Amino acid sequence: MNVRLYVLQRASAAFMAPLLLIHLGVIFYASSRGLSAADILARTRGSLLWGTFYAAIVVAAATHAAIGVRVIASEWTRWRDDALQALMWACGLLLVALGLTAVAAVVLA
Amino acid sequence: MGEIAVSLWRGRADGSYQVYRVPQRDNQTVLDVVTWVQRNVDPTLAYRFACRVGMCGSCAMTVNGRPRWTCRTHTAKVVNDGRLEIGPLANLPIIKDLACDLQPFFEKWQKAKAVFAPRLTREDAIERIMPTTAARLAADAAIECINCAVCYAACDTVRWNADYLGPAALNRAWTLVNDVRDTGNRQRLAAVAAAGGCHTCHSHQSCQQHCPTALNPTASIAGLKRHTMQAYLRGELE
Amino acid sequence: MNGNRGQPQHAPNTSGHRHNTLWLAALLHRLSGLALAAFLPLHFLVFALVLKSEAALDGLLRWTANPAVKLAETGLVFLLTLHLLGGIRILLLENLPWFAGHKRLVAGALLTASMLALIFLVRAA
Repeated sequence: MNVRLYVLQRASAAFMAPLLLIHLGVIFYASSRGLSAADILARTRGSLLWGTFYAAIVVAAATHAAIGVRVIASEWTRWRDDALQALMWACGLLLVALGLTAVAAVVLA
Repeated sequence: MGEIAVSLWRGRADGSYQVYRVPQRDNQTVLDVVTWVQRNVDPTLAYRFACRVGMCGSCAMTVNGRPRWTCRTHTAKVVNDGRLEIGPLANLPIIKDLACDLQPFFEKWQKAKAVFAPRLTREDAIERIMPTTAARLAADAAIECINCAVCYAACDTVRWNADYLGPAALNRAWTLVNDVRDTGNRQRLAAVAAAGGCHTCHSHQSCQQHCPTALNPTASIAGLKRHTMQAYLRGELE
Repeated sequence: MNGNRGQPQHAPNTSGHRHNTLWLAALLHRLSGLALAAFLPLHFLVFALVLKSEAALDGLLRWTANPAVKLAETGLVFLLTLHLLGGIRILLLENLPWFAGHKRLVAGALLTASMLALIFLVRAA
């Protein structure tokens, strides 16, 4: 962990915090209403707002998680720098790819 | 008053605990116990002490799993069920028995550039420093460190990360970051912003909990995080 | 911390410092983050499923009515809230001047996360 990774990790956390509070609200709303797929998609399809909102969370979460996993691996395994870098990028890219695919799936018609 | 069954670590890293029966006395410290064993049972027991009155930090050891000054630890407070366990400080190479090698600890102090770099010389007038400025108050809150390595031994981040400079070195660096007489801040901030620097700290606060001088390295390190982040964002680092 | 009970010990015992609320808070923060990071790909895959068909997503959403799944979701609400609140505490610690009361904040975070998870469980049941 150095200053660059630290700034990225803390910035992504600070950025995500208010968005996640909203997401928690969404979770509570959707689950207590027993929303079906059609209900959810009716709200998200074609919505620039939801698309931007969740895309932002995906990118921030992927950055935050990838750096976090790197730090944990650097302290709890014996992996060296090159392996840690690879792990970090793999996690980050996987989460971004899967996440943006999911956002596209619920937003694009 | 009875006896204590004292387990003392003997040997190096591959050593083991040995049990000694030591008479328990009123107003007895853990250092008294160790000294009693060395004088009455086994003169080959290796341990360190100096002032024996809680000023120098030399007698720091692990007592029942926690690092502390043995001259300031009364046996009445730590003996459990007639038992006591004493070992060398954690996170440092064991030289022998209860004495560990502080060299890595001091090297990290240097690596953090926690060394005063003066601007003035003896030819100049003495610079007047007001003790009430925010910077001086921040420095004074952290200045009483006597480098006993108790915080270093209590820190799991030190244990898990061989590069981590540790709470004492970073705390010392913080006092100098706040010292207006010092000129070494550029190199110092770069040193504590590198891998193994202040950003490695996870704020466990084990250092603050165990510091016998009631210092708060976690707070000092948080200050370093703020300063290095600002320097980085302004492009003053690297 | 009762000392050596006669068992041979091959390294000095040095974990007493871990009996510390804030160390535990940091461990919970790390483990909850790891669990959330592991859960996220599954979460994304579920919603990417809708690309296949709404029926597939509906099938999955009906599956989420399963009590075992509801329990797992409750656990996730707990982990997310805990990690989020603990993270905010760290952000405050690192960016504001030092303040006291961290143990109380940790207790508050744990309590809030538990309550939210409980409310979720009750409402979702």
